[in-house]
Amino acid sequence: MTALQRLFKFNGGVKPAYNKEASTGLPIAVAPTPTLLVIPLHQSIGGMPRPLVTAGERVLKGQRIGGADGNVSSAVHASTSGTVVAVEMRLMPHASGLSALCVMIEPDGRDEWIPRQPFDFRSATPTQTRDYLRDAGVVGLGGAVFPTYLKLNPGKQGKLDTLVLNGAECEPFITCDDVLMRERAATILKGVVIMREILSAGQVLIGIEDNKPEAVAAMEIAARAANQAAGDSAIGVVSVPTRYPAGGAKQLIRVLTGIEVPHGKRSTDYGVQCFNVGTAYAVYEAIALGQPLISRIVTVAGNVTQARNYEVLFGTPMRDLVALCGPLADSDRVIMGGPMMGLLMPDDSVPVVKATNCVLVGSKKLFPPPPPEMPCIRCGECAKACPADLQPFEMYWFSRAKIFGKAQEYNLFDCIECGCCAYVCPSHIPLVDYYRFAKSEIWAREIEKEAADVARERYEFRLLREEREKQEKAAKLAAKTAAGREKAAAAIAEAAKPAATPEEDAKKALIAAALERAKAQKELVHPGNVSDLTPEQQAEVAAIEARRAEIREMAKPHLRQDD
Amino acid sequence: MNNSPYFLKPASVQSVMLRVLVALLPGIAAYVWFFGAAVLVQIALASVTALAAEAVMLRLRDKPVMLFLSDGSALVTAWLIALTFPPIVPWWLTVIGVLTAIVVAKHLYGGLGQNPFNPAMVGFALMIVAYPSLMSQWPAAGFTDFVPQWNAIFGSRELDAITMATPLDALRTALHTADARATVAGVLGSNATFGNVGGKGWEWVAAGYFLGGLYLLQQRIITWHMPVAFLATLFVISGGFSFYDASRFAGPGFQLFTGGAMLAAFFIVTDPVSGCTTPRGKLIFAAGIALLTWIIRTFGAYPDGIAFAVLLMNIATPLIDMYTQPPVFGHKIKGEDS
Repeated sequence: MTALQRLFKFNGGVKPAYNKEASTGLPIAVAPTPTLLVIPLHQSIGGMPRPLVTAGERVLKGQRIGGADGNVSSAVHASTSGTVVAVEMRLMPHASGLSALCVMIEPDGRDEWIPRQPFDFRSATPTQTRDYLRDAGVVGLGGAVFPTYLKLNPGKQGKLDTLVLNGAECEPFITCDDVLMRERAATILKGVVIMREILSAGQVLIGIEDNKPEAVAAMEIAARAANQAAGDSAIGVVSVPTRYPAGGAKQLIRVLTGIEVPHGKRSTDYGVQCFNVGTAYAVYEAIALGQPLISRIVTVAGNVTQARNYEVLFGTPMRDLVALCGPLADSDRVIMGGPMMGLLMPDDSVPVVKATNCVLVGSKKLFPPPPPEMPCIRCGECAKACPADLQPFEMYWFSRAKIFGKAQEYNLFDCIECGCCAYVCPSHIPLVDYYRFAKSEIWAREIEKEAADVARERYEFRLLREEREKQEKAAKLAAKTAAGREKAAAAIAEAAKPAATPEEDAKKALIAAALERAKAQKELVHPGNVSDLTPEQQAEVAAIEARRAEIREMAKPHLRQDD
Repeated sequence: MNNSPYFLKPASVQSVMLRVLVALLPGIAAYVWFFGAAVLVQIALASVTALAAEAVMLRLRDKPVMLFLSDGSALVTAWLIALTFPPIVPWWLTVIGVLTAIVVAKHLYGGLGQNPFNPAMVGFALMIVAYPSLMSQWPAAGFTDFVPQWNAIFGSRELDAITMATPLDALRTALHTADARATVAGVLGSNATFGNVGGKGWEWVAAGYFLGGLYLLQQRIITWHMPVAFLATLFVISGGFSFYDASRFAGPGFQLFTGGAMLAAFFIVTDPVSGCTTPRGKLIFAAGIALLTWIIRTFGAYPDGIAFAVLLMNIATPLIDMYTQPPVFGHKIKGEDS
């Protein structure tokens, strides 16, 4: 198992102070249910789930309160039983400080579950299984919160060579995966077995950084049991060298299999798929126990007297969690995630969500403000530290100069924003900020360009249409005048020669036919997208109007009274 | 409040520059031992001039003076100028050289990190073109008397007693101007300028720089690429030509241990700001400097060609970097890595 696994190296990486011991001393504790749960509807990558409940409604623990919307989306559930007091905009656990639609639940203290039934994925079609996991709200718990059902797809070949389980947990301070593996290894392995079956994976490699020997030992025992039960040796636990960001999905896949998955490619195309160990645990709970994802393990660490891991219901305010650990007096910020990639929270009232692997309390002493930024001296430290083999200083020059095309040529979008470059920079340049800025500028420009393209197409079509109408008008006019001339000529001819020749009759008939045709054509080009609708189209319009009204109704409470 | 990452590795431009200065110390010690304390006077003179010029330029450019003054980059430039100039040049020559480097080559191009040319080499090149004779007066090894050296720098110039051509100069002059029968071996054997490997005394100074270079490698301030490519190229070219005709071309030992070769390999070629940054680019860049140095030394009109070679390759730096970009993660050619 761990014995003779050949390991590969990824370039770069750094070795910051890990600070993990502080939160691994005590077992996982269950965080108390707060007096009010604030559950954001948008907790995963992809579309914002539709709210399925309204204020005043009673909900049960595990009841779906947000339905997956669109191809990439994942459902959201009530974390406990209680009453929905409001569905309204609240501050999100995001660095932007923006608000989004949240379901506020006042717990009734009974913690009453919905009826739970295991899902028989063996007799279900793959699509049914994926729909089930989508509606169970299972997303990647490593921090990226990508809907798991989309990744539980073996891809074109219909089977996978290697299923990689990510227990590396390379970010300093965070130990939620570590303690989960120590305490619930058997359950994780049950989830792994299910995932392996869904993906038809040949082997399973569980990668754990070698600074977590207890987790490695616990997982080895559980893996051995799972292998014995299956009668093979497909599942291996691999201790990988401790070097940030070994827990990056691409870095871990590289270390374990030697495969480099390029940016923008599916890893299944290379026969690999990677999941966090916490996700495997959630898959087990959803499929074998019928429990949707309503809680997770969260590390509370940093500037606190007793760092610890808690099992936390989604929607619990971070402030409540921090209070459990005794924040020190000089604490001045709350960070979601670790010190390398974490997001600075706008406020400590924001709720714990599926992406919250760690609530890190900071202070000026723990995370001192960086020394003044100096010019880049091209020393190349950043390039040596970059795990994506980029030239960070080149991307910095171009991002800074707003030459975004060049920044893209230097593979800006291959940057995983791990922070290694900024960590080692002797000039203390906030390099990652420059990349975030450049990326968002490029995205904004692309959106602008798309909008401009649509507008241009519309304009060009209008020109085309006007030109066509003009031509048709001219044709009609020409036909009319031609007809008039013919008529006059005919009258003169008639006066001169009373009997009309059959030839002339034929000509007249031709002209009349041409006129008819012109008239018919004119009617055809008449813009008719609101009149002459088929009943189906009319029904569709009515449905759209109804939806709009509904949304307006829903938005009313959030609009200010005076506008 | 800043964004992630929230803590940084304790590293700074200042600590990089200070370690470069420390790495120069063994070479300077050997220099003083064999050629007297004049070089220390020049280092002090250059340092004061550099810091003053830097302060004035920072003030004029509205930059935080103390922050940038303490980064140590001006001192590195000053020390390199003092170490590449003859130690007994008059004081004003050093001052002009340093001013050229700091004011023109560094700040007029945008200051720290922005200069396309190595500032110390710009200073050296300008001075050797403008004052070729003054820039060719080197003290003889073992003549360490301080008073005449001090006088040479600040007062009357009674130089004949203390100067001597450098080994490179002596060899070239002998080979180019003397009768056609002069050979490398003959010249080297007959002249007191030459030591066991390179120039007398100079070979020990070079050894000191080599030691300092190893320290820089150990501290990971420089990578192996540039020193190895520079020294290896110089070794191969001079070795090849010396093998072809030992009477007309000096051997690799002589080339590596005379002039500024060792100083250049670890301290000048490796300037990150004006040099290449990609691993392959570093190899090409340093090899190019070695090639040009050997050509100028062997066929050119100047005693040592390193300064010109560095400046010429500085011009090519962006181009080399552009064409030597290392493959990005996941974009490596299939089969390249196993």
